[in-house]
Amino acid sequence: MTPSFPSISSRSQTSRCGSADAWLSVVTRSCAGLVASALFLVVGFLVRESIPALREIGIARFFSDPSWHPLSGQFRVVPMVLATAITSIGALLIAGPLGIASGIFVRFYAPRILSTWYQRLVELLAGIPSVVFGLWGLVVLAPIVGRWSGSGQNLLTATLVLAIMVLPTVALTSASALRSVSLDLITSGAALGLPRWSIAARIALPAARRGIQAGIMLALARALGETMAVLMLAGNVAEMPTSLVSPGRTLTANIALEMGYATSAHRSTLFVSGLVLLAAVTLLAILAEFTGGRRNAA
Amino acid sequence: MFGPQAVVAEHFRTVSKTLIWILLCILAPAVGCTPRTKVMHDHQESTTQPASVLSGRLTVTGSSTVAPLVAEIAKRFEARHAGVRIDVQTGGSGKGIADARNGVADIGMASRRLKAGERDLVAHQIAADGVGLIVHRDNRVAELTAAEVVDVFTDRSNNWQEVRGLDLPITVVHKAEGRATLEVFLNHFSLANPQVRADVIVGDNQHGIKTVAGTPGAIGYVSIGAAEAAIAGGVPIRLLPIDGVAATSAQVAAGAYPLTRPLNLVTAGGLSPLARAFVTFCQSEDVHDTVVSQHFVPLAN
Repeated sequence: MTPSFPSISSRSQTSRCGSADAWLSVVTRSCAGLVASALFLVVGFLVRESIPALREIGIARFFSDPSWHPLSGQFRVVPMVLATAITSIGALLIAGPLGIASGIFVRFYAPRILSTWYQRLVELLAGIPSVVFGLWGLVVLAPIVGRWSGSGQNLLTATLVLAIMVLPTVALTSASALRSVSLDLITSGAALGLPRWSIAARIALPAARRGIQAGIMLALARALGETMAVLMLAGNVAEMPTSLVSPGRTLTANIALEMGYATSAHRSTLFVSGLVLLAAVTLLAILAEFTGGRRNAA
Repeated sequence: MFGPQAVVAEHFRTVSKTLIWILLCILAPAVGCTPRTKVMHDHQESTTQPASVLSGRLTVTGSSTVAPLVAEIAKRFEARHAGVRIDVQTGGSGKGIADARNGVADIGMASRRLKAGERDLVAHQIAADGVGLIVHRDNRVAELTAAEVVDVFTDRSNNWQEVRGLDLPITVVHKAEGRATLEVFLNHFSLANPQVRADVIVGDNQHGIKTVAGTPGAIGYVSIGAAEAAIAGGVPIRLLPIDGVAATSAQVAAGAYPLTRPLNLVTAGGLSPLARAFVTFCQSEDVHDTVVSQHFVPLAN
């Protein structure tokens, strides 16, 4: 219990406070239980719906079939896993450095007024719905990329738009992490006569590393799960991509494209894609926890 | 002191704050709409004199192409019969057929003909839709023969030069497996889906239209009604004739255009009086203006 707690409760009648406390405890516990059970229900549902595909088709055919034509009994998912990985990791390679640079700019280089308004701008960018990014990419960016290659709907365009979408996540978490670095460290650096860049790069960045890493993991999870914008921009051809300007279909886009029409084994395969995505995101969360923890212990 | 969790939580707070504002902006007009529709209902009710005896609830599920049309018709039907409530849900033609068959829905919707294995069901056509080939407006090719279309879609022709056009690579815009327009297209040109070598795969008609409009060398196929509406709105695309027949709603209505599909209501077994009344209403001349406003072709009576 925090020290301020008794002083607050003493202001109201003690008898009513006790019952309110008990009531609140029940409510919060059941809320927490509900949230936890929602997760288990989702996982359980995904597994249950995936079982027919795993049993009838088998995991091996997801790798060995010639192509993805579920209505013709071909179920190759490897190109889609690859497309998902290329677009998400590519987006992070672009948005990561930019976002961290943006955080350093806000904390160490921008005048106060500029930094406040710049932060608001980035927050606004974070709130734009993905379908708007998709539409913008489809009618503006894709025709520009298309001048060099076909329709411009390919992995490169999807990666670029994904990068813009996850940039605010990295930028905002980096800025927060840098802001929470102890002022003592910064002022000590300044007292030693270190230039601003050294303070930012040698003192603040290493101290804020945990927070920045968490932000990058969060951004990667968002990129992996993004559906609408990628569906509108990646070209959606479920073949092995041969270059960055090949069209590709991500797992999420595949689910969105085909769920309305899929029946039996086909439908079940789409749930397997969902399961694979969930596993990837869980792995990322564990990885984030692990790297963060190791850093903390050191 | 501030771990990654705190940082992430703070970020989520800002994001959710923005999201709430956006949601409010979206919901405000939607909420504002409700009383207006009520007013319209009341008004229409007062104009229809005979008090109807129909009442109850109908569930209609299926094709995402047919659903907006049926939803509009249902609104009008509800306005004429105060005790009737009609739920229209989408989920694809396959779902409509499955739901009608196992009784989950009173009526299913399908944007295609019934297949051989679906003869246990009855199809009630309410409108027709044509599937047209579209190219960019600047494409000079006037018409493609059936053989040329097959060559283009199977990648045997890869440049518009090979089919009397400019020196421009061909971008094939295809649809995702399972779409009804795709089945109509493949059937007409006797293609199997794995043969098609697509450069872009799109989800719906609007996605297809935007893709072709943004790509001078593209060719795709979409619902004729949707394409005509886009052309009327200044989108730079052009419909190609097929077998010498212009791809227009008028030709679809006249029965001259070869690539068409029926928009069906699908039922299994005996119909309740309410369901029968609704199906009849959907096929009546009273809804022809709605059919046209949704860019489909009404049935000739």
